[in-house]
Amino acid sequence: MATPYVITRQSLSADVDPGEIERKLGFFERLWGSGTVRKTVIVLLMAASWEIYARHLNNPLLLPTLSDTLAAGWEAIRDGTLPTRVMSSLQVLLVGYAVGILLAAVVLVLAISTRIGSDFLETASAMFNPLPAIALLPLALIWFGLGPASIVFVLIHSVLWAVALNTHSGFLAVSQTLRMVGLNYDLRGLRYISKIFVPAAFGSILTGLKIGWAFAWRTLIAAELVFGVSSGQGGLGWFIFEKRNTLDIPGVFCGLLTVILIGLVVENVIFRTVERMTVQRWGLQG
Amino acid sequence: MAALLHVDGVTLRYKTPRSLITATRRISFRVDEGDRYVLLGPSGCGKTTLLKAVGGYIAPFEGEIRIRDRRISAPGPDRMMVFQEFDQLLPWKTVLQNVIFPLRVAQGLSRRKAEERAYAYIDKVRLTEFAHSYPHMLSGGMKQRVAIARGMAMQPDILLMDEPFAALDALTRRRMQDELLQLWEETGFTVLFVTHSINEAIRIGSRILLLSQRPGRVKAEVDGIRKDVLDEAGTGRLEREIHDLLFAETADITELDHGHTVCDHTPVA
Repeated sequence: MATPYVITRQSLSADVDPGEIERKLGFFERLWGSGTVRKTVIVLLMAASWEIYARHLNNPLLLPTLSDTLAAGWEAIRDGTLPTRVMSSLQVLLVGYAVGILLAAVVLVLAISTRIGSDFLETASAMFNPLPAIALLPLALIWFGLGPASIVFVLIHSVLWAVALNTHSGFLAVSQTLRMVGLNYDLRGLRYISKIFVPAAFGSILTGLKIGWAFAWRTLIAAELVFGVSSGQGGLGWFIFEKRNTLDIPGVFCGLLTVILIGLVVENVIFRTVERMTVQRWGLQG
Repeated sequence: MAALLHVDGVTLRYKTPRSLITATRRISFRVDEGDRYVLLGPSGCGKTTLLKAVGGYIAPFEGEIRIRDRRISAPGPDRMMVFQEFDQLLPWKTVLQNVIFPLRVAQGLSRRKAEERAYAYIDKVRLTEFAHSYPHMLSGGMKQRVAIARGMAMQPDILLMDEPFAALDALTRRRMQDELLQLWEETGFTVLFVTHSINEAIRIGSRILLLSQRPGRVKAEVDGIRKDVLDEAGTGRLEREIHDLLFAETADITELDHGHTVCDHTPVA
């Protein structure tokens, strides 16, 4: 009986020339492909133009050169003022950040387990989120007096709603399938939340933490600039204010650079690392 | 011998924002130990809802479901689910961790014991070399194999599979069906399998329950399907017969949610 079909053009893979499959890129091509390298070049160019323009302007009261600023920074580090200022800022920040997250967790547990809790979270965050934390500072000063307690209060406000709002929307987005899987494993209550919802929504939680951090950092520096000294020891914002009062403009610039530097380190080193180790590794984010 | 799973006169209803829908009406069947029991029906016959009720996610409006003579009232690890969706694996855990996790949290096995058992079942689905990969690195078929390994490693009373191969391409689906049968031959687990494909039902099932359009009612039950006796022609005949049973009173064009349109008793002009 004749077969109703014919197989033609059959070949062994060894017979067929596959052509060029892979070509290595050149060294400079690969170097330029790295975002870090490109951004470093930009920073160096900006630094160079600052230095050149400041030298050309030759007015250290308006715009000190980069080298003067760095020298002032080195001096401030050597005599210990800058490190203590930074430490006192970070201390207050961490307290506010931690308490804010803790409160957010409490609100979230209520929100995920009861409908009224969820309504509360949505209403409260809708109300308080648009309110800049720094606007609460005058009130906080009346309530808690001139001291770290007032700053911690406004920091909590800046962290709490950002974290709660993002985490909550992350929780809501956890797929029905994953929820059913969790119940299938006999997970209930807090264990259900911590073992399924928190990791599943970790991308949103991280976004909330990053926004909360950014709010808190800006709020802190601003608050310190407003009334600065608290119990004899101010933070980085106070450092800038102090330097301006003594017309130590390189010191002012060095304070600003430190603010930028710490912000960069936290956002690009700490949060990036956490991201790489979690959501990126899990394929939840590009 | 008492049956493993009793479904007695189960009517299921669920609410949508606009109305109360009856998904299944007075369905009864029993699954014995070692059965490959298939729920087969067109889309919207409530077969998935029924499986979820057995899983404990939906309470029956009427009737009751019992497993080993215990009334089912909540989800539990004695009935492991395998879903259709690829996102059923926990993306933050590797293949190995995904299989270990329920063993630890639901059965309280020691780390060493859980790992040992997890490796054994990962090996059964031939994924040993991917044990430390994260789910997003796996293909759809591999993810479903992990889900099956995870379910089997729990050694549940019954494995509940909700169209686990429906989202796979045709070639992979065929291979997965064969693999599932092979696994069944090795371990002899009990499985309740939902599908809308007649072909798949015949390939997988040892017994098939045919359900009608919404609300799902029992149309017929096919029993004692013997793979070793059934040849290609026999399979074709059974397929046609099941098809006729399913669409007995509808003489018009019916669409299975599979995508292919089936013409019933309409002579081709």
